[in-house]
Amino acid sequence: MSKLVITSIGPASSVQDGGRPGSQRYGLVPSGAMDRLALAAANTLVGNALFAAAIEIGPFGATLTAREGAVRLGLAGAPRNADVAGRAVAFDASVMLADGETLNLGFARGGSFSYIAIEGGIEGEPMFGSLAVNARAGLGSPYPRPLQSGDELKTRPISSAAERRIELPELADAPIRVVFGPQDDEFAEENKKLFVESEWKISATSDRMGYRLEGPTITHLHGHNIVSDGTVTGSIQVPGNGQPIVLMPDRGTSGGYPKIATVISADFGRFAQISAGRPFRFKAVSMAEAQTEVKKFAELLRSLPERLRGIEEFGLNVDALRDANVAGHAVNAVDAATWQVAEPTG
Amino acid sequence: MADTLSPPRLLPSGDSAITVEFSRNIDDAANRRVLALDRVIASEPIAGITETVPTYRSLLVHYDPVQIGFDALGEQLLERATKALPTAAQTRRWRIPVAYGGENGIDLEDVAKALNTTPDDIVKRHTAGDYRVAMIGFTPGWSYLSGLDKSLQMSRRKDPRLLTPAGTIAIGGVQTGVQCLAGPSGWHLLGCTAVRTYQLHRDPIFLLEPGDAITFAAVDDKTFAEQTRAAEAGEFVAELIAP
Repeated sequence: MSKLVITSIGPASSVQDGGRPGSQRYGLVPSGAMDRLALAAANTLVGNALFAAAIEIGPFGATLTAREGAVRLGLAGAPRNADVAGRAVAFDASVMLADGETLNLGFARGGSFSYIAIEGGIEGEPMFGSLAVNARAGLGSPYPRPLQSGDELKTRPISSAAERRIELPELADAPIRVVFGPQDDEFAEENKKLFVESEWKISATSDRMGYRLEGPTITHLHGHNIVSDGTVTGSIQVPGNGQPIVLMPDRGTSGGYPKIATVISADFGRFAQISAGRPFRFKAVSMAEAQTEVKKFAELLRSLPERLRGIEEFGLNVDALRDANVAGHAVNAVDAATWQVAEPTG
Repeated sequence: MADTLSPPRLLPSGDSAITVEFSRNIDDAANRRVLALDRVIASEPIAGITETVPTYRSLLVHYDPVQIGFDALGEQLLERATKALPTAAQTRRWRIPVAYGGENGIDLEDVAKALNTTPDDIVKRHTAGDYRVAMIGFTPGWSYLSGLDKSLQMSRRKDPRLLTPAGTIAIGGVQTGVQCLAGPSGWHLLGCTAVRTYQLHRDPIFLLEPGDAITFAAVDDKTFAEQTRAAEAGEFVAELIAP
């Protein structure tokens, strides 16, 4: 049995998969990956099921070492400087670590979360059909908590498959699309307009439960208390201070603040990847458009295996890749203790 | 009867969920309709629905938009909602033991003072109540109960506590509740129960269902300690007294 040892890892990193829907009526939130497309791409690279458990790595770096055999990893999501023994490694590609080799991962660039899938999957005991970490509920396997240095993820011996890369559609730097509701009637038209016409930033105090937004104050028509009702991942609730909070995969299953709008499923992963402090906008779309987009997104997920390419077709120029990764994105270095964004360095 | 079967509002909760709202307020009649619709969907499933989440006043219906669209699902939900009669369905009834006051219920004395009575009288009123699980939400097993005596209704704390113990029995506004996991709360803490409404590696993991009837019984500290050990060993501790 091979294993991947976490030599070092920053906070906000955990084992995640497709989550555990089905028990929200008991207050148990599904959890699961922040960026499902990136999780699915990482898994596809190593021949796993789309939503198999993988490592979700937060904005900071990590080092991962193969022990007791080789492991093959699929890297996707927010790109980072990556190398194995000084050899640069590309994202959206697979890489093999020989026994004893270490993958060094730098800070996330142009995003927040990267996914490292392990060929053969992660050995663990599913609870409600999932290995995803939900620390509050004591769930997650092999560890019911975020990953720490010294943790070991066991996996099966690797196949003799060739390394591969995956061609993903260029993600547009377009506004994050939302549909209004369920409680948009708790807001005056001018406040709904303010919400979709303003520039927003994600606060550094955000986490897997919720992303706090910084921007104009959105005021309520009838106060900020409603009778608690159900939430979804992507619900945008507006508490008393008028600064919206977007509910993320570890949200509470119910909440008592009016929800002005909901991020559409197709854009949720792209939203989750927005770095703290980076300006972005929302755009309201119709239910019909949202439902067309969610079907396209499902089709994109389904088509991932067809998007695999041999690595030799790559003309691998990692330096060029690295530059491409950085282009247009300032690197927001975030202090691990405070989650405060330091001066842009890139 | 015509009143109670007025159509609910269908509110979009993104592209993969619909909130079926029967009332904007905490309203027992609305909650019964929520639970009735939930039962009807369970017994006559609609293809594409992935799960339902009953709350005080609405049913959140999660669905797969690849299988069914908002309009088609909304139509079927409306049809079922106007037909789903709240019935006196067979209800499970649980008796939940509570150690009131002292370190188990640090707000009991203040609540008594605020309501110009004694702690014993507060316990008497709280254990006299006939409650129903209106919803379970926020965190695993957090059970919100309707049926709190009007004389015990008081506004929530101005400063919510960041950490309240597992098993807390508290009151807030018109509600009382059983909190399973330690966590933040703005309610007034009357006592603590050894009952775990959510416990891994126990069958069932979740003890209570929305719609279950609940009564509370006061126990002394010694019994509470024994029951805590029993609960840790996987016993329900709560007594199923009906059906």
